[in-house]
Amino acid sequence: MTDIELHWDDAFAANRKSTPDHVRGRLSPENAVLPGFPSQPQASRTASMSVRKATRARDVRADPAPMRWAIIGIAVTFLVLFIVVPLLNVFAQALARGFGAYFAAIVQPDAIAAIELTLLAAAISVGLNLVFGVIAAWTITKYEFWGKSVLITVIDLPFSVSPVIAGLVFVLLFGAQGYLGPWLQEHDIKVIFALPGIVLATVFVTFPFVARELIPLMREQGTRDEEAALTLGASGLRTFFRVTLPNVKWALLYGVLLCNARAMGEFGAVSVVSGHVRGETNTMPLHIEVLYNEYQFTAAFAVASLLALLALVTLIAKVVLEGRATNAANSE
Amino acid sequence: MSGATLARYRWRVIPGFGITLGTTLLWLSLIVLIPLAALFLKTTELSLVRFVSIITSPRVVHALELSFGLSLAAAAVNLVFGFLVVWALVRYQFPGRRLLDAMVDIPFALPTAVAGIALTNLYSENGWLGQLLAPLGIQVAFTPLGIFVALVFVGLPFVVRTVQPVLEDLEAELEEVAATLGASRLTTIRRVIFPAILPALLTGFALAFARAVGEYGSVIFIAGNLPNVSEIAPLLIVIRLEEFRYADATAIAAVMLVASFLILLAINLLQRWSGRRGGGLS
Repeated sequence: MTDIELHWDDAFAANRKSTPDHVRGRLSPENAVLPGFPSQPQASRTASMSVRKATRARDVRADPAPMRWAIIGIAVTFLVLFIVVPLLNVFAQALARGFGAYFAAIVQPDAIAAIELTLLAAAISVGLNLVFGVIAAWTITKYEFWGKSVLITVIDLPFSVSPVIAGLVFVLLFGAQGYLGPWLQEHDIKVIFALPGIVLATVFVTFPFVARELIPLMREQGTRDEEAALTLGASGLRTFFRVTLPNVKWALLYGVLLCNARAMGEFGAVSVVSGHVRGETNTMPLHIEVLYNEYQFTAAFAVASLLALLALVTLIAKVVLEGRATNAANSE
Repeated sequence: MSGATLARYRWRVIPGFGITLGTTLLWLSLIVLIPLAALFLKTTELSLVRFVSIITSPRVVHALELSFGLSLAAAAVNLVFGFLVVWALVRYQFPGRRLLDAMVDIPFALPTAVAGIALTNLYSENGWLGQLLAPLGIQVAFTPLGIFVALVFVGLPFVVRTVQPVLEDLEAELEEVAATLGASRLTTIRRVIFPAILPALLTGFALAFARAVGEYGSVIFIAGNLPNVSEIAPLLIVIRLEEFRYADATAIAAVMLVASFLILLAINLLQRWSGRRGGGLS
């Protein structure tokens, strides 16, 4: 760690802009964790050295073959049984009656309405959580202050609260029997059983995702880049947009994608606050439930397959974005 | 430079501390703290006798026992199999390893309702797995066993993703030294590797448990939802809410919320412990 910090000072002194790309790749400390820098062919020599070292090390740490095959067998069986098969089943059931039935289920007016509502609610919730997630991550990683660990815990809180409770608390606040219910009714504002309630519940449930993706990376990067920018006369906002944001863009992108996948797929919390009005307050997951309970299995799985695709795209994005991070780290 | 001086130095240099902390606290209060406080406020409106009678009614007790018991069992299964999965992914090379590694996050990214109907269909009598289990007399769908399967599914990524980075970062030298000093492979695993990853294992277990206790979407489809048999606590909250029995819903929710606070506290303590451990090792 101290080693890297020394290098950083060298790199900084050499003025990062004029430093050749491959040198910069190896010297700047943030590359160890920062995705986004192009991979360096020059690094392959050092890489081959570390590979040789790793092979030598593996000899001592190698497990006996029977143990190896048993563990691989159990692990693969477990993952296939619990993850791969259920996922395949979604698509198999969706297409069980052919593509015609599949598309008919998706373009059905109630399904379209559900998709539109889901997109709208997710766009608002993700937008809000993006802004506040970045602000929260900035606060936590760029300053030292009393009670920081409590703040982190509270940000994580929605993770361990049941989605049903997340919905319930908003019913208790804004529902007809709730604390603000009478006032809202007087002013003819609908929160529960309407879009605002769905958005509130979604924001609550997806609250930690953006901040959680950013905090470890921003903590590792420290405040030196920002301090340098400020010393050179940049304003706080300019420092954020020109220094901090580019440093964390890939992690931020993944945080947003994950937040979005969870927002579009949220079921429990939204189910409690939405009121299940078909074609009006049914999001995609709620629409799936309605179809399933009406024994329209093919249609239910068709809509479900869209959300499953979204999950797959999110994971592929994660692998790609992490690949960038590892490339950058390897090139150091 | 000492930590305190460094802290003050940073605090002074980077602008915007007041506004960002203020915004964070305000937003956090509006979205998380005030709503959760409303739940406890609502609970205090109940008399103690009423609260106790709700919580100790047989149906509620059964639902809570079922939720917590099955979550504990599912988290335990995830602890064992999650560890084996991490070991295989980190230490061995085999075809499809990278793909499986990526798939571990599926339960995290897949909407719970989708997982719910997929698992139900899979384990129903005509499903891919259900028809294999039916001749053996094992019924999974619409029984507590089905709930257990769903809870294993949702908790799967937590143990794996918590332990994986720790095992990856474990220094090869530690094991080499153990081997050089004459420890057998099993002794090395038991006395060197296991203690190093124990905090991460327990954190993953607690996270999987916390997630499973509150899980709703993936469970209600496969559970069958018979009162006193396969009815989980979150479902009972929803049922009470739909019956407009807010007091009952609130009381059950308060109990579950206190439980999640306790789990969260345990996770924090574990992480502090793991931080100390990590520091001691390197």
